[in-house]
Amino acid sequence: MPFIPHTEQDIRDMLDTIGVSGIEQLFDEIPAELRSETLDKVPAALTEQALSRVMGRRAAQDGQPLCFIGAGAYEHHIPAAVWEITTRGEFYSAYTPYQAEASQGTLQLIYEYQSMMTALMAMEVSNASLYDGASALAEAVLMAIRANRKSKSRRILMPSAVHPAYRSTTHNIVRNQAIELVDVPYDSEGGHTALDSLAQYEGEDIAALVIAQPNFFGILEDVDALTDWAHANGMLVIAVVNPVAMALLKPPGQWGEQGADIVVGEGQPLGVPLSSGGPYFGFMCCRQQYVRQMPGRIVGRTVDRDGRVGYTLTLQAREQHIRRSRATSNICTNQGLMVTAATIHMAIVGGEGLRRVAQACHANTRKLVEQLCNEHISLRFNRPYFHEAVLSSSLPLERLLRPLYAHNLQPGYLLADDYPELDEALLVCATETKSDADIELYRDHLARVIKTQTTAGCPVKPKMA
Amino acid sequence: MLIFEHSRPGRRATAQAPFTAETADDLPAELLRDAPAALPEVSEMQAVRHYTRLSQKNFSIDTQFYPLGSCTMKYNPRACNTLAMLPGFLARHPLAPACEGQGVLACLYDLQEILKDVTGMQAVSLTPAAGAQGEFAGVAMIRAYHDARGDTARDEILVPDAAHGTNPATATMCGYKVHEIPTGPDGDVDVEALRAAVGPHTAGIMLTNPSTLGVFERRIKEIAGIVHEAGGLLYYDGANLNAILGKVRPGDMGFDVIHMNLHKTFSTPHGGGGPGAGPVGVSARLEPFLPLPVVGYDGDEYSWLTEKDRPQSIGRLSAFMGNVGVLLRAYIYARLLGREGMQRVAEFATLNANYLMKRLEAAGFDLAFPERRATHEFIVTLKRQQKEQGVSAMDFAKRLLDFNFHAPTTYFPMLVPECLLIEPTETESREELDGFVEAMAQILAEAGENPEQLHEAPHTQPVRRLDEVRAARELDLRWRES
Repeated sequence: MPFIPHTEQDIRDMLDTIGVSGIEQLFDEIPAELRSETLDKVPAALTEQALSRVMGRRAAQDGQPLCFIGAGAYEHHIPAAVWEITTRGEFYSAYTPYQAEASQGTLQLIYEYQSMMTALMAMEVSNASLYDGASALAEAVLMAIRANRKSKSRRILMPSAVHPAYRSTTHNIVRNQAIELVDVPYDSEGGHTALDSLAQYEGEDIAALVIAQPNFFGILEDVDALTDWAHANGMLVIAVVNPVAMALLKPPGQWGEQGADIVVGEGQPLGVPLSSGGPYFGFMCCRQQYVRQMPGRIVGRTVDRDGRVGYTLTLQAREQHIRRSRATSNICTNQGLMVTAATIHMAIVGGEGLRRVAQACHANTRKLVEQLCNEHISLRFNRPYFHEAVLSSSLPLERLLRPLYAHNLQPGYLLADDYPELDEALLVCATETKSDADIELYRDHLARVIKTQTTAGCPVKPKMA
Repeated sequence: MLIFEHSRPGRRATAQAPFTAETADDLPAELLRDAPAALPEVSEMQAVRHYTRLSQKNFSIDTQFYPLGSCTMKYNPRACNTLAMLPGFLARHPLAPACEGQGVLACLYDLQEILKDVTGMQAVSLTPAAGAQGEFAGVAMIRAYHDARGDTARDEILVPDAAHGTNPATATMCGYKVHEIPTGPDGDVDVEALRAAVGPHTAGIMLTNPSTLGVFERRIKEIAGIVHEAGGLLYYDGANLNAILGKVRPGDMGFDVIHMNLHKTFSTPHGGGGPGAGPVGVSARLEPFLPLPVVGYDGDEYSWLTEKDRPQSIGRLSAFMGNVGVLLRAYIYARLLGREGMQRVAEFATLNANYLMKRLEAAGFDLAFPERRATHEFIVTLKRQQKEQGVSAMDFAKRLLDFNFHAPTTYFPMLVPECLLIEPTETESREELDGFVEAMAQILAEAGENPEQLHEAPHTQPVRRLDEVRAARELDLRWRES
């Protein structure tokens, strides 16, 4: 019996103590007609050894590709120590620190995490995490509507240069509360959110403006001007940022005259592996004045009866287990273990290390753009980009790229589904994990395919797993 | 000591960042950071030692009995972690094409099939990131279903007063009013009150069965009939699924939609507060509304189903595909248990709970529902001890830490005064349960002889009871250089 320690003797003795003749009798309050038959779709048990072979085969099937996709999830080096420590049983198999005295490890770690995130974002307060970047943006929108006391509006300005999956997630989560996300187009030349496109909303009652830095296209927004414009028009500013980028770029707390009000983003680049999209974690920071509107767990430092420093969950009156239908959010379990990894990652890599990583990513992406551009491929937007860029092609991209998979190379993310007007555009990214040789390999493979497809009608057979 | 207090300017873990001399001189200066982020500057070993020491200040399943009611703190098999962290799984980018991820998709598809079978539902989506997001998906589907039928007057969700706080909070997030239904003296929902509450305004009811009171809702078929007759749907909160795994299926009880907490029933790690995973299962009429993506299989190849395939879907709830790494761990757990192992979960969780309940009763504790069977958990009430000896459930909980046991859930459900909600799980041995009973009996004796010993507890932890009022009043939420 996997993971059940009972001996036959134990079972008999325990049933005697309870005063029943068999285990089945313990289920006698369940109406007989509800009792289920056998589970025929659940396979028979495997031993750990046999299952290891099955899983090993399936993992190997997915391979170790050379990946140039970014689009919200980034491959970075993770120090070996990060997951060695994170998966220690004392972190891995503990739960939410309800008993503070017996959970000081997790609580102090979250306090350190909050300290690191506020330092990185130049903000005053951080919570203990949300599910991921996209759902964190949804929570930020709900929070902004509660927090903007000057506004009665349930409208939010949402630039179309914000990650498309973030926009749809936010829409799906907030739509039942009669909140409207107003689309703001991006500039077709620059790829940024231009002040001109906001002019029509001047003087209107709107709760908040969302600003992504860099935006989905990798383009840098003019964050100071956008922030000041929003504040001048009575809106709060919700920043959506890449945390690694913030080691190099101006942090949201310093945008414009007053800084952003709420900051969210995807924490994955801080020590969390790609793993098909999760588990990652969403981070959220805000100004001190809005802390009571924040969703999720927050840890505070206090003292015990002897005056010793200790840590505890605080401001719990915001949360669902106390406030029930009037809570700031329904969130309960968040992404604790991912925060553990991110905290250890930030401690080991440090501020200077993170800045170097950001610089190396940016330098590699610039190299990649230089190497890939040719008579058919060009940079789509003319504004400065960071860490990620949009290329456009004069040849049908789908046909160009498919053969590359056969070389175990993932060339980037096609934008046509999300942006029909960018029908032959590709979002590419080369993080610090890519070498010059990797970038040249991509260039050479692409050049070969272009040559084949522009000279003869030789069909290229794609690899299908 | 905080990691920041180990920091010295200029110290670095040199092996962990690129040597690069690259600059970012192509970027406009006004968009750059003017001073480096004040992260700690420590060596790799200092960080490793610091966080290893912090870990040792935690109670966990791997180190202690952790009978936290409603949280199912059972053994997390190590193989689940090792196999889910194979390089092929970790390296896969979420936006890589499906043909480049047939290995992981096969696991997820198989997991969908297993979860359908154990819950008796028609279809499953794995994407919700935790139980509360599963609840959100479930109630959003109920709303989408009524809306699609033009049945838009339904503006109320019914929730028993014993429900988890996430239930009413979720109903609010989905734009519904919440109507609480009282509980009868035997722990079951007050069916007459329910009958009086339903009507054309009822969108649905959210129920946990077994309930948070640790008893099986015996009149569930009748409840389902009442709600369905009024045109409402039934939502099953899967927090307590461990109690009935393989024994009764929510689909057979009449539920239309359910969420599961894989970090409870399927033993994925609780991680100090997540990540969880909250897959949702639905009956046929709700299938078109399932959150995306869902894994499809055409007999040859696995794929992600999107809005193109499911135009009525409530859509995606996260940027990618939810907590895939957690789903893999649950899948591995399910394969290790197999069909029969799955049924044994409920059997031995129930055996352990009933044994512990009987022994605590014999040791002098009052049960909240002495006439009922325990399910996978049960409630002890310390109302009498509070009145006679002035010791509270909080005092018992803190004193248990001194005996090296994690405390049960305290003060939940709120209906039962001074309560301990105790869930031993199936993976604990009889000796462990006996040790817990001994500790509880000793604390009970202390409560009579020396109640100060309880009021002052814990005595053995890194800190004593913390000043929570001060924590909330003088907010100190981040380290600052003094």
